[in-house]
Amino acid sequence: MNFDKEFDASGLSCPLPIVKTKKALTDMASGQVLKVIATDTGSVKDMQAFADQTGNTLLSSTQEGGKFVFFMKKK
Amino acid sequence: MTTKKMAIIATKGTLDMAYPPFILASTAAALGYEVQVFFTFYGLQLLRKDLSDVKISPLANPAMPMPVPMPVMVQALPGMETMATMMMKQKLAKHGVASLEELRDLCLEADVKFIACQMTVDLFEFDKSEFIDNVEYGGASMFMGFAGDTDICLFV
Repeated sequence: MNFDKEFDASGLSCPLPIVKTKKALTDMASGQVLKVIATDTGSVKDMQAFADQTGNTLLSSTQEGGKFVFFMKKK
Repeated sequence: MTTKKMAIIATKGTLDMAYPPFILASTAAALGYEVQVFFTFYGLQLLRKDLSDVKISPLANPAMPMPVPMPVMVQALPGMETMATMMMKQKLAKHGVASLEELRDLCLEADVKFIACQMTVDLFEFDKSEFIDNVEYGGASMFMGFAGDTDICLFV
């Protein structure tokens, strides 16, 4: 999937993946896509909840080689 | 969509009890909430520039997982608190949990408002110069003005 920016949250625990995803989205334009990589198991549900509550779109949420990969489209 | 609001009252000054207010405040801010945290009594310790005195004690904390079972008499020995704090900080770092300083900075960056309870600042004769700059001083009424209109209000 194409993306405009990548944020690697590997090794970070709650709430950092979410708080820093929000920060990474701040200077992006509407419609741009952020790729987030995380190792925190809680991030799977948290990333969906973040999208639901902020209006950003979680385009995909997958697991690749022990890591979680998310594509978030900015509102 | 109107902005949601969250208010937290932080009354504890130990390492374990310092995390919930900062975790919840930074997360809520990331979700778009307007957040205020009211620090009172021992919670005021969390506003100090230097957070190295924020510690965890195994004493009177029977739920704290210990690497080896430890009688209360041993927990009360000098240096045990410092050791428990050091071990807890190592554990937190190993698991990628942010330090209190980092979480507090993330809160401030996200415009979380910190209010220090004026009455308890005076009661404990805290020196305001020991606190971080981004703090407002106020009383319960001032806090109610915000808390009365929130979606989530928590006492920690």
